[in-house]
Amino acid sequence: MIEALSWAVVDELEGHTLPPVIRMRLITYAGASGDFTPIHLVDEAAKEAGLPGIIAPGMLTVATMGLLFFPYLEHGDVKGFRSRFLGMVSLGDVLRVGGRVSGVKEIGQGRLYAFDVYALRGDDTVASGSVEFLVYRG
Amino acid sequence: MLYERFVGLRSELVRNLVERGAVRRFAGAIADPSPLCVDEGAAARSRYGRIVAPPTFPRTFNYVRIEGLELPPAGLIHGEFRIAYERPLLVDEELLCRMELKASYDKQSRRGLLGLLAFERTGEGLQGESVFTANASVVITEALRRGIEV
Repeated sequence: MIEALSWAVVDELEGHTLPPVIRMRLITYAGASGDFTPIHLVDEAAKEAGLPGIIAPGMLTVATMGLLFFPYLEHGDVKGFRSRFLGMVSLGDVLRVGGRVSGVKEIGQGRLYAFDVYALRGDDTVASGSVEFLVYRG
Repeated sequence: MLYERFVGLRSELVRNLVERGAVRRFAGAIADPSPLCVDEGAAARSRYGRIVAPPTFPRTFNYVRIEGLELPPAGLIHGEFRIAYERPLLVDEELLCRMELKASYDKQSRRGLLGLLAFERTGEGLQGESVFTANASVVITEALRRGIEV
């Protein structure tokens, strides 16, 4: 089964369009992550910080980019994940996450793929990064 | 440089359990989780044999503070984030975690003098073997800087 999982450079991963960002998701993520930073949850705190409204935590967007690799966890695992936050994500935003293969090399444990990953809102990139994913041998 | 005297200091090691309910809640909060993160049966049949934590899960761990280092309670901006794994995190395992301030530097930008703090969080197995290393930077704006004395 493992042989079935193989990519070539510039192959695109199957992207995901996520449901619009709603407050309940931010509350759920706050509870799950233990990060209750007020600008992600409380309108007044966001206004005080000069923001138009509450914004999603950058780490939630990163976690969302991790979704791209969930279908392949049976065959390998994420060895490295790097991300930069480029834009604010607000309530109602619809993000699309995607990625493409940027490199591949053989290492002792298997084949190590490098991916460029991104989260887009329309044409704006709100986060981008790279992922190393190891596909186990045999 | 901000917090210069804390650069190179590490917090105490603290034990963290990769707790089943915490993994389920965390995976569930990210829309569409992998069955290997939430479905006991699917995880048991997988090569891991048990539930796997999502790659950004170490964010939920407790890392005690570096003694004396008090960041402003609000207004911090998160810069880059990266994490490297030796192996996946599995449910029910225990890790020893800690945090270190790796660097502090100033950067002139259009928005004024920014302070950048680079933190490293690590998790090791109970035998001392490295499991993950996470690096995250925090940006301190000029406005925030005025309230900081160190």
